[in-house]
Amino acid sequence: MEQFLLSLIAGIFIGGVAGYLGTLMLSRKMSLVAGPLGHLTLPGIALALLYGFDVSLGAFPFVILGILLIWLFEIRTKLPIEALTAIVFASGVAIAFLFLPIEKAETALVGDISKIGFLDTLITCILSIFLFLLIKKIYFKITLINISEDLAKTEGINVKKYNLLYLFSIAIIVALGVKIVGGLLTAALVAIPAATARNLSRNLLQFSLGGAFWGVLSSFLGILLFKITGFPAGPLIIIVSTFFFLISLIFKRILP
Amino acid sequence: MAEIILKVENLNVKLGKEEIIKDLSFEVKKGDILTILGPNGAGKTVLLKTLLGILPYQGEIKWRKEVKIGYVPQRLPFIKDSPMSIEDFFRLKGISTKEETKKALNSVGFEENSAFFQKGEIGNLSSGQFQRILVVWALIGNPNVLLFDEPTTGIDIGGEETIYGLLAKLKKERDLTILLVTHDLSVVYKFSNYVICLNKCPICQGFPKEVLNTETLQKIYGEEVKFYEHHKH
Repeated sequence: MEQFLLSLIAGIFIGGVAGYLGTLMLSRKMSLVAGPLGHLTLPGIALALLYGFDVSLGAFPFVILGILLIWLFEIRTKLPIEALTAIVFASGVAIAFLFLPIEKAETALVGDISKIGFLDTLITCILSIFLFLLIKKIYFKITLINISEDLAKTEGINVKKYNLLYLFSIAIIVALGVKIVGGLLTAALVAIPAATARNLSRNLLQFSLGGAFWGVLSSFLGILLFKITGFPAGPLIIIVSTFFFLISLIFKRILP
Repeated sequence: MAEIILKVENLNVKLGKEEIIKDLSFEVKKGDILTILGPNGAGKTVLLKTLLGILPYQGEIKWRKEVKIGYVPQRLPFIKDSPMSIEDFFRLKGISTKEETKKALNSVGFEENSAFFQKGEIGNLSSGQFQRILVVWALIGNPNVLLFDEPTTGIDIGGEETIYGLLAKLKKERDLTILLVTHDLSVVYKFSNYVICLNKCPICQGFPKEVLNTETLQKIYGEEVKFYEHHKH
């Protein structure tokens, strides 16, 4: 029972912050970025599973590497960013499967929150709270940058600094996200709750908190369903999340 | 003699390898309404952005020290990507309550338009309404210089008439100096006291009535434009 509670708590915290950050990413049309970055972490996750340390710890350096590589490629070449992300993430997956033990493949790909320890949960919660506060602090500034970099600059906003903080937030959420949904599904963790919130909101507060709310609820119900059915929690969380999104489509048509 | 608040000397702006502005020099005095006139792609918006310090340049741009700039961008297409109320938009500028937002809108004569608030998302406003919101937004914090970039298309009918009415009123009330980008000749005559004609290279500058003639207009817009004398209404 205690183990289940820890999974539930960790899942709720990660889901909530992912949904919250997801709203900023949706506004910037960057929802999918968490996907390639998640895939890229697979070698790190594989290492973590092989040597028995925390998967987020293994994932984190690879996300940072991914963000740096994408950023560098963008400066160095004129290729569109999506092509670059494809190159980076495909290499990640390829490298991971060179040494990922096949019996650990499921954990690496779709996550496994069911065996999370107390300390791990505690660190997850602290990181999530820190991340939530960081995002809250940069939310309006990033929103203005999303609308117009020029306008943000004339308002005296240090665009580079805030973009860096924003990317850093994405890196942390991907690293945390792989714990519950693995390297394959991180994009869904940020994209779907935000999309649901977008359908149901008419201002920024409803939108941002809505993202967090649907993230929390999806994780909660997903992990509860895992307890009942025994299917892996990661995919269940995403399926619940998608279910809410579909419901939101109906309400979107009813809303004026 | 009014004091000079902006001095631009030998300004050159390149974006990539393309030269957008060549060797431009001018001065703006306090209380001036300066129009930057030219066809699409002439470098007008680039000039405004350079003056704002957003783009790299060669030459000299000297603003007077106490100058505080408000900027009205051409349009903000990405604003529809987030669900944003008018109040939210003002919150981005540090205004945190509905009352303050109302006050800001009232201060530029929006009191009869409280329906603005019931429209929900800012993306649902008409282009003309949105442009007025942008002006109010730019004026928060009491700037003494306003840089106004006119959208080339998409303002609803009647909108253009009212925006220049609003700007004239604001200039009077707030002692503003205005730099505005336009492609519309009538705005230059009705509204401004100094004009810079651009088509990459500076073509002419001075008082509108003195410098705008068939020859200069042909240089700006090409051969087919015929000059017509503007009559005051």
